[in-house]
Amino acid sequence: MADSALPTAPVPQLAQSVRDRSGVRRRLRYYGEKLGGSLVSLFAVILTSFFLFRIIPGDPVRTMTHGRPVSIEQQEQLRREFGLDKPLAEQFWSYLTGVLRLDFGDSFQFNRPVTDLIGERLWPTVLLVGTSVVISAALGLWLGVRGAWNHGSLSDRVNTGVALTLWSVPSFWLGLILIVIFASGAGWFPTSGMESTAVEGWERIPDVAHHMVLPLVTLVAVVYAQYLMIMRSSLLDEMGSDYIVTARAKGLRDLIVRRRHAVPNALLPTVTLIFVNLGFVVFGAVLVETIFSWPGLGQLFYSGLSVPDLPLVQGLFILFSAAVILMNLLADLLYPILDPRVRP
Amino acid sequence: MSLLEVDDLTVTYRTGGGDVPAVRGVSFALEAGQKLGLAGESGCGKSTMALALLRLLPKTARLTGEIRFDGEDILTMSWGRLRAVRWAGASIVFQGAMHSLNAVQRIGAQIAEPIRLHSKATEAEIRRKTGELLEHVGLPARRADAYPHELSGGQRQRVMIAMALACDPKLIVADEPTTALDVMIQAQILTLIESLVAEQDISLLMISHDLSVLADTCDRLAVMYAGRIVEEGPAAAVFGAARHPYGQALAAAFPRIGDPASRRRPQGLAGDPPDPAELPTGCAFHPRCPARLDHCDRVDPALWPTADDDRRAACVHVLPDEGLSLLTKEPA
Amino acid sequence: MNGLVWARRRRTAARFWSQFRQNKAGVFGLVVLALFVLTALLAPVLTPDNALSVTRPPGSPLDGPSADFPLGTDRSGRSMVDMIIWGSRVSLTVGFWATFISIAFGTLFGILAGHFGGWGSSLLMRVTDWFLVMPSLVLGVALAAVLGRSLTTIIVAIGVTSWPTTARLVRAQTLAVEARPYIERARALGGGHLHVMSNHVLPNVMPIVLAQTTLMVGSAILTESTFAFLGLGDPTTASWGATIQAARDVGAVSSRMWWYILPPGIAIVLVVLAFTLVGRAIEGVLNPKLRERL
Repeated sequence: MADSALPTAPVPQLAQSVRDRSGVRRRLRYYGEKLGGSLVSLFAVILTSFFLFRIIPGDPVRTMTHGRPVSIEQQEQLRREFGLDKPLAEQFWSYLTGVLRLDFGDSFQFNRPVTDLIGERLWPTVLLVGTSVVISAALGLWLGVRGAWNHGSLSDRVNTGVALTLWSVPSFWLGLILIVIFASGAGWFPTSGMESTAVEGWERIPDVAHHMVLPLVTLVAVVYAQYLMIMRSSLLDEMGSDYIVTARAKGLRDLIVRRRHAVPNALLPTVTLIFVNLGFVVFGAVLVETIFSWPGLGQLFYSGLSVPDLPLVQGLFILFSAAVILMNLLADLLYPILDPRVRP
Repeated sequence: MSLLEVDDLTVTYRTGGGDVPAVRGVSFALEAGQKLGLAGESGCGKSTMALALLRLLPKTARLTGEIRFDGEDILTMSWGRLRAVRWAGASIVFQGAMHSLNAVQRIGAQIAEPIRLHSKATEAEIRRKTGELLEHVGLPARRADAYPHELSGGQRQRVMIAMALACDPKLIVADEPTTALDVMIQAQILTLIESLVAEQDISLLMISHDLSVLADTCDRLAVMYAGRIVEEGPAAAVFGAARHPYGQALAAAFPRIGDPASRRRPQGLAGDPPDPAELPTGCAFHPRCPARLDHCDRVDPALWPTADDDRRAACVHVLPDEGLSLLTKEPA
Repeated sequence: MNGLVWARRRRTAARFWSQFRQNKAGVFGLVVLALFVLTALLAPVLTPDNALSVTRPPGSPLDGPSADFPLGTDRSGRSMVDMIIWGSRVSLTVGFWATFISIAFGTLFGILAGHFGGWGSSLLMRVTDWFLVMPSLVLGVALAAVLGRSLTTIIVAIGVTSWPTTARLVRAQTLAVEARPYIERARALGGGHLHVMSNHVLPNVMPIVLAQTTLMVGSAILTESTFAFLGLGDPTTASWGATIQAARDVGAVSSRMWWYILPPGIAIVLVVLAFTLVGRAIEGVLNPKLRERL
């Protein structure tokens, strides 16, 4: 607001520097607000997880040991271990400081720090999820662009139909079917795990890739449809725009109009979605990792659920939520780079 | 030979609910260096006309007739030739410059794009030309780095004009170039267009709903109603004393400022333009016509030379026998 | 006055239907849905009394397809056909109830936030923001793990985690409706908040809510199957997801008992797809701009 009178300022250099400084301030405020919002969300998640896992169950120890022969002494022991005999405020404080130090306590079933377990299982998940997001985004965007450009054609209708059907497929079921056909059936791929025991050195790369094919196909199949539908409808919106007519009137080929004008504009809403989705895909991996015994966070989560191993589930709950928040933040930070209109 | 000759052009949109005629047999000619104004209410087919000239309509539109530009028929031209004619031969200044510019590209890049496409200029030459064009339309050359949203409505329209001039076209089609701008800016933009067109001897086809704007700028005027030209002639004559009742109504709706006569004339026109899918029988204008005759719902007159030279109108009132001879030929 | 209103509503409904009918995929979805609903309602008639009995099942365990059991039997010797039929009850029940919770809360809060505005509205939107950021499936799983394993838990978990989407949609629509001139007229004529909200805003928000509902039932059914598969459902209910889980448990994958794995999955896909198609068709009718691209 303050620089609205500047165009008439007599000394241009001065005006320029004042504008730059206020621009920097504006940018800092924008990024500050986004970062602050994320921290508030993160705090809310931490708070939720405390109440969800300690207050609602009444007695977490009983929930955890449900249906198991555990003596009264052992229960007391567990209670002391988790600090459940202390007042609530004190419990919350030690929980909070623990979480801030990335200390989620010890896993009940593995008897090891949750943080260590997460550290071990993080990379397989990042590998699987990362690869699947790259592939499904590329596939979804490509098919979405093609569908919008030839919308109503046979290939568009088939593509949309296939995407909607795959979107309706439960990922765990698809995984089982793929195993039945290609692993235990045809024997082309291993049924489970991430690598074979005997393989060493550089040989491990093709071996892991071989193990990853089926889980990857499953994840991509259930995820790409969303990208396709969003890209398709957002490109259809753009195609009706006036600037597309301008571009065509300039004498550009359709392919160039699409690549240089329509797609960059249509990408804006899509990119946000991809990032927001990325956080959720991590959780989507729970089922796929379980089905294929992929040694990642998802499988860890599943094993925690079946006990239930509350410290483990809680740690992963915070981690998965934090992933979504982080991706939202990244989307917020990335968006101004793509769209000059919202550039602070 | 005229620069642009349109002969019996029809545009029909194919929709799920049947064919909708948007342009129904339009013919006109535009000489080199001439300025023609095309007026009409929204939905009369004038913007469809503008897009049809460079075959920019969606695939659902079917075109018949002939559009000869510089002796070549646009409608039968190959795609490659058509792309070469677009912008280099004829360029378009669109309405509402906000959405006609790509929001995520710098305006300099958007102006440079057709130059790069249609000439063999080097990057340095293109950059220089872009700067020149911007200064030509009254913007500093350094604004080339701006994005559309950083400019005002008037500035964006100037960018559109600079872009239209980029390849030195023979014809500029200006589709509502001043709509959505405030009055002062409107006047500036119109003056700019007029001076540039005169300076570079470019033909201008200007499309607007505002007859007074067209009368000020153009040599000749054509008035469209329901997909047809209903009146055509020298600008001053059509605006001052239209022969077609619709032309009269349109002229009255946009009085010239400071013209005392316009204050006393009744203004505006009752009713809405007809739905192109369900046109009235006979003359399409007859349901709204203040000078309707009994047989107007059965006669559809073509453009007819009026008593004076060089003017034509499509109304029973200019026909020698008020169109009754046409009536006898038509089966009831 | 009342008759007039009804006549108008009837005309609107008729127009809605005639446009909906033009969407072939939507009609297909509707037919599939009708079949499933019918199956679910008639389940006790269509299957023998001991269809779900584990103690005196109709057949022997894990038999392949035969004349008596067209899709074979499960691990307890129950007919897979009957399991699918009864599973439709569970899936549709969970789908409808979870959606009902989600839509009821979402519509209520959305209309309130949109109508009253102010700090209450922004607080509410903050809360929905926070819900949207939280991976709802994670929250649902945690909730289900904490509240114990039952169908109700699953319903509550799905309903509680999915209402914010509806609330946002409804709030936006409420704001749009309240900007229309006739709302001002209703206010000027002395219509109170309740009158405006129930007589003017709600009827105009309902169509959007309807489209959202159908889409949501589909995803709720998908979520239910996921929960059941994760073992968070009631172990004694024969939901489709639980059946797939049971199949996996007995090693149907390695011994390739396709009849045990395939049918429940196909049933899920069909129902979810049907709801999605119907929802998209309704959206298309409501938004002509969308319709062109279906």
